Amino acid sequence: MAGAFGRRDVLKLALAAYATLALAVPVSRAADNFIIVQSTTSTQNSGLFEHILPLFTKKTGIEVRVVAVGTGQALKNAQKGDGDVVLVHSQPDEEKFVADGWGVKRYPVMYNDFIIVGPATDPAKIAGMKQAPEALKKIAEAQTPFASRADDSGTHKAELKLWHEAGVDPKTSSGSWYLETGSGMGATLNIAVGKQAYALTDRGTWLAFANKGDFKVMVEGDNKLFNQYGVILVNPAKHPNVKAKQGQAFIDWLTGPEGQAAIANYKIDGQQLFFPNARPQS
Amino acid sequence: MLGLSEAFRAALWQIATLDPQLIEIIGLSLKVTLTAVAIATLIGFALGGVLAVYRFPGRSAVAALLNALMGLPPVVAGLIVYLLLSNAGPLGVLKLLYTPEAMIIAQVILVTPIVAALTRQTCEDLLEEYRDQLRSLGASSAEVVTTLLWDGRYRLITAVLAGFGRAIAEVGAVMIVGGNIDHVTRTMTTAIALETSKGNIALALALGMILLAIALIVNVALMGIKRLASQFAYA
Amino acid sequence: MLEQPRFLSPLDAAAPLLGSLLPLELGGLSLETGGRRLIDRIDLKVQELGITVILGPNGAGKSLLLRLVHGLVAPTAGVILWGGRPMNDQIRRRQAMVFQKPVLLRRTAAANITYALGLRGIARSERNSLALQALELAGLERYAATPARVLSGGEQQRLCLARALSLDPEVLFLDEPTASLDPASTLAIERLLIGAKHRGIKVIVVTHDVGQARRLAQDVIFLHHGRLVEHQPAPRFFDQPESDTARAFMAGGLVL
Repeated sequence: MAGAFGRRDVLKLALAAYATLALAVPVSRAADNFIIVQSTTSTQNSGLFEHILPLFTKKTGIEVRVVAVGTGQALKNAQKGDGDVVLVHSQPDEEKFVADGWGVKRYPVMYNDFIIVGPATDPAKIAGMKQAPEALKKIAEAQTPFASRADDSGTHKAELKLWHEAGVDPKTSSGSWYLETGSGMGATLNIAVGKQAYALTDRGTWLAFANKGDFKVMVEGDNKLFNQYGVILVNPAKHPNVKAKQGQAFIDWLTGPEGQAAIANYKIDGQQLFFPNARPQS
Repeated sequence: MLGLSEAFRAALWQIATLDPQLIEIIGLSLKVTLTAVAIATLIGFALGGVLAVYRFPGRSAVAALLNALMGLPPVVAGLIVYLLLSNAGPLGVLKLLYTPEAMIIAQVILVTPIVAALTRQTCEDLLEEYRDQLRSLGASSAEVVTTLLWDGRYRLITAVLAGFGRAIAEVGAVMIVGGNIDHVTRTMTTAIALETSKGNIALALALGMILLAIALIVNVALMGIKRLASQFAYA
Repeated sequence: MLEQPRFLSPLDAAAPLLGSLLPLELGGLSLETGGRRLIDRIDLKVQELGITVILGPNGAGKSLLLRLVHGLVAPTAGVILWGGRPMNDQIRRRQAMVFQKPVLLRRTAAANITYALGLRGIARSERNSLALQALELAGLERYAATPARVLSGGEQQRLCLARALSLDPEVLFLDEPTASLDPASTLAIERLLIGAKHRGIKVIVVTHDVGQARRLAQDVIFLHHGRLVEHQPAPRFFDQPESDTARAFMAGGLVL
């Protein structure tokens, strides 16, 4: 049967194309030897994971798959059993997570600090201030734009705590000078720079951020800007599918000498982003 | 911020040197979408053909539903699949969440209504012309479906390409069910979202350009097929 | 040239046992939609072989009658009997129909014929040669590998007829087959119909072309407003039509 394009030709072409693709893209499938870590956008955006995870995989052969969402969502996902380990930065929520039985035990891992960044023109005149709540108060009074993550993340919760201490409820101004982006740290910083707005960010993400424009660090060093990260194994008693052994291996490595050293080694432009502070295990 | 022209230059460099990270991301995108489109095509052709040919109660309701699902927002499709595949969900035992397979499932849900609705329309149009002759020749309803599908092949190819275009460009579904995990479920669209949020405009642009290039190729293929079709009076 | 009827399937092999499809008998046949009688209580008996022509002004119900007796449309009242048996799918498989506008699939001319043969259950190995025979019969063999839909109108219609003939039907229906064709194509089609008649195929043609009716008809069925007005052997009908409407129609007037 003559004709432009026979049935068999089409089939052959399709199979060839699919086979080529299938072979060309080997998806890493080391069978079941991986864990899922629910973590935050700040740790991902800073590039920390890309630096330390390969070291862990090289040592143990366990692949680590990171799902980066906000702290709130990470904890909720883990509650549903969609992860083996959580690594987030909101201590009260982490402790509640364990107290409610969703997590086994909380280990401190590392800390860095939050900073307030803003445009070089500094319309609210907060550069160099030492008290974060006071700086926020000045921003509110000057009604200069401020970009908030507003996504239930650790950073967001920390930010709300500072507003509370400043005696300001920024939500009433949502949409005017208080911009609730509902996004991750990087996306929020993009918006902040784009709109010349102040923002609260963790130092790690800020150092790694490639779109700073003319922005500078405005406020830093306040104790209240201390940002502690904790790691928790999801409770296998509640979710039998959790890979408890491998998850715990990750936690042990992370809080052990090798992991802590790897964290300390991670630098951008010579600056260290995260400071290991896991207590020695008992 | 990196000037736009500098970013373009950096992006072109990444493409020219076949940056392995880039290749991996593109490969995964194509694999997920092509697989999803292949599955959706099989389902969609059958569904559309049957809907056009067979008479059964509720037929117009199903057709209306398909038309409506053509506009299903990708995030909604992603959300539905996520709830199903989550460990707390009914299909959690399959352990498919955060895998390329989950992304394929979500994209199948997105693409199938498009292929099915367009197939139904094509078959109905053809049936207008063929119905009496095929009945006279003694074709059963099943034979009519396969005859229409083959006869309408050029128009059906455009339906498949439409589905492909939708899937390769969406980010909502694959982001939610895939988790944008490095080396595992990171596709072109989720990578663009991530790199943009990190301020890595160059890589994001490179991926964006490739996405555009793919869309362009798809459209050129479409035009080529249409021209071929009319050449042989097949259109 | 096709010599004698081939057996298309075991069922058809039993056809002689099941008996001829003739006579065609219609009893009180009616088709009513929306309160209108499109076919109005037709009683008819067609017994002889040869070419029967259904004649009448536009809107008389000629095409509809064809569709009814070929089983494409169900009547709202009355019976259709072929050789004493009511119309069914098996009987329809022993018939073939050519429509006013050629209906061809988007494939080559030969493939259109092999497709139809396939539906009838002919073995794959035989289809190609049978299709070629049919194409030769219609003078279309050089178009075997040509996409059917690029052929001219006349060629397409000849192809549809070749396809119908390849199925070796016992009854062949044609609905105004040459209405939009040029004289040369019309001649070719009519020659094929006469050839079919000679091979023992019962041909029933709808036409509004009186000249064509004169050339082909052995007997004439004249319809008007869905009703049977006359059924006569051709010579008698053309020389001395019984009804006024037939007379007026033949004289070329507009029959309301």
